[in-house]
Amino acid sequence: MGLKISSLTLAFSVLGSFLILFLVIPVLLLYLTTPAESMLGIPYDQEAVKAIFLSLAAATTATGLSLIFGIPLAFILARYMFFSKSFIEAVVDLPLVIPHSVAGIAVLVAYSSRSTIGSIFSNLGIIIEDTFWGIVAAMTFVSATILINAAKDGFQTVDKEYEYVARTLGAPLYKVFFTVYLPLSFKPILSGAIMTWARAMSEVGAILIVAYFPKIAPILIIDRFLNYGLSASKPIACTLLTISIAIFIVLRFLAKRR
Amino acid sequence: MLKLEHVSKRWGEFTVDDVCMECVKGEYFVIMGPTGAGKTLLLQLIAGIFYPESGKIFIGGRDVTFYPPEKRGVGYVPQNYALFPHLDVFNNIAYGLKLKGYSQPEIKKIVKELAENLGINNLLYRNIKTLSGGEQQRVALARALTINPSILLLDEPLSALDSKTRDNLREYLKKINKTFKVTTIHVTHDLVEAVSLADRMAVMNNGKILQTDTPEKILAKPSNPFIAEFTGSINVFKGFATPKENMSEVKISNLPVWVSGIHRGEVTIIVRPESILLAKEYPKTSARNVFKGTIVDIEPKGTVYAVKIITDSNIIFTSYITRSALLELELKKGDKTYFFFKASEVHIF
Repeated sequence: MGLKISSLTLAFSVLGSFLILFLVIPVLLLYLTTPAESMLGIPYDQEAVKAIFLSLAAATTATGLSLIFGIPLAFILARYMFFSKSFIEAVVDLPLVIPHSVAGIAVLVAYSSRSTIGSIFSNLGIIIEDTFWGIVAAMTFVSATILINAAKDGFQTVDKEYEYVARTLGAPLYKVFFTVYLPLSFKPILSGAIMTWARAMSEVGAILIVAYFPKIAPILIIDRFLNYGLSASKPIACTLLTISIAIFIVLRFLAKRR
Repeated sequence: MLKLEHVSKRWGEFTVDDVCMECVKGEYFVIMGPTGAGKTLLLQLIAGIFYPESGKIFIGGRDVTFYPPEKRGVGYVPQNYALFPHLDVFNNIAYGLKLKGYSQPEIKKIVKELAENLGINNLLYRNIKTLSGGEQQRVALARALTINPSILLLDEPLSALDSKTRDNLREYLKKINKTFKVTTIHVTHDLVEAVSLADRMAVMNNGKILQTDTPEKILAKPSNPFIAEFTGSINVFKGFATPKENMSEVKISNLPVWVSGIHRGEVTIIVRPESILLAKEYPKTSARNVFKGTIVDIEPKGTVYAVKIITDSNIIFTSYITRSALLELELKKGDKTYFFFKASEVHIF
């Protein structure tokens, strides 16, 4: 075809390939060096199965909470100009720059049953120290930013004229939100939710501090690694990786199809 | 039907400044002015998208100044039509009906009737992205009309269309106004559009309405220099049309001007200055209208020059030509020149 590749494209492709290899090789080697029979034993490893399900349940709950509370916030940030907007946007981005162990300590300080706010929650039966809700709180703290920003970007791309027309056709603002803004921002919100879920699944640092028990899969992996060595931690690591990648691919596929 | 009393609003760089206007039921009212005059903001104030900082807005005798858009019963077609991209044509048109709680069979019936009326029944199940500009326009109009609006607001409805579609849709808009007997407020920066559609028109600049009257009166008696400047460039003539050879000949005094289509009787014709071309020698052209005249004035107007030519029958035409064309033709005041334009470039109403 006589297609000429410029030297810049070639150089960039080579440099980019190095990074891709850097990312792919550890994942591949993890699979290649883990005996298949050890992975087949995972379904019989009650502790591992429980930890994986706990991880999935907590990450999904954290994503759900981020959707319920994050979408309204994202809509307000996208649609309105107000005095403290920049400050709130900075607060939303803050978890991205806080080391996750610090995030865990902060969550514990603020919401443990000994704190003022935590005592209100504990009266309602929600205690975060070493509980499912502690895992969810830590996951939400470190991952909600992704969803809020994705939803905000989505809402911002919706042409305001759609809202104006919908209003003149008889829709109050809440109906405009559900019939215009939400469907038109569905893709970025879904992508944001997927990334939020993935981020929550991968969290360890904050959870270690807030709720070491019940053990989620990443903590169980650390636990096995520290107590029994690399080979003992690899089967559950591989299983978690497979499940995460499979769900990630399915969700990405669904998001692309819409 | 619609009354604005001293309405003012500032929104970013746009202003509406102490606007008073009144429209009667069924009237086709055009607000005309240059870009940035505040026309769209005025339309959005009427729609309730923004509230005025001062003044009052009445629709059908009701003070709706602070009513939200959904409580005003006003149809709005923005410049980009804003058809919902996640809905097909049917569901775009049905949007307002669903909100009003009509049943599915009722919605189907109303949408089909309306689509038939507007000649878009073949588009009903098409994806919005596959529609041409003209089709989008018709769908947007249908969607606005479903709510039986007392006022239809059109923001530069023809500006995004090619000239042929624009001519067709101009007729179409007038027809809608008459068929649905809906008071229509149409915003444009195009004088030909304004003159050919308006029962009455308002000229707007810098947020203020400078003159409101029938197009004929505004063209004949502009009330201030801005309007004179804005309207003075246009070639508007009254004449008498007679059908000939599948076209029509319009006699202006005794000057015969060919126009497309069959027309009879008293008419007004408009020719845009940029549609009139000049030549030193008799031009080799397919244009039906070729005349000779004397240049009485050459005046720079921004990026072009306005050349005024008087014919033997004392009719003055204005042509806009570029600086390079002016230099190439070596035209000066007092020169004889040919000027010509196509029959299809003549707007008649």
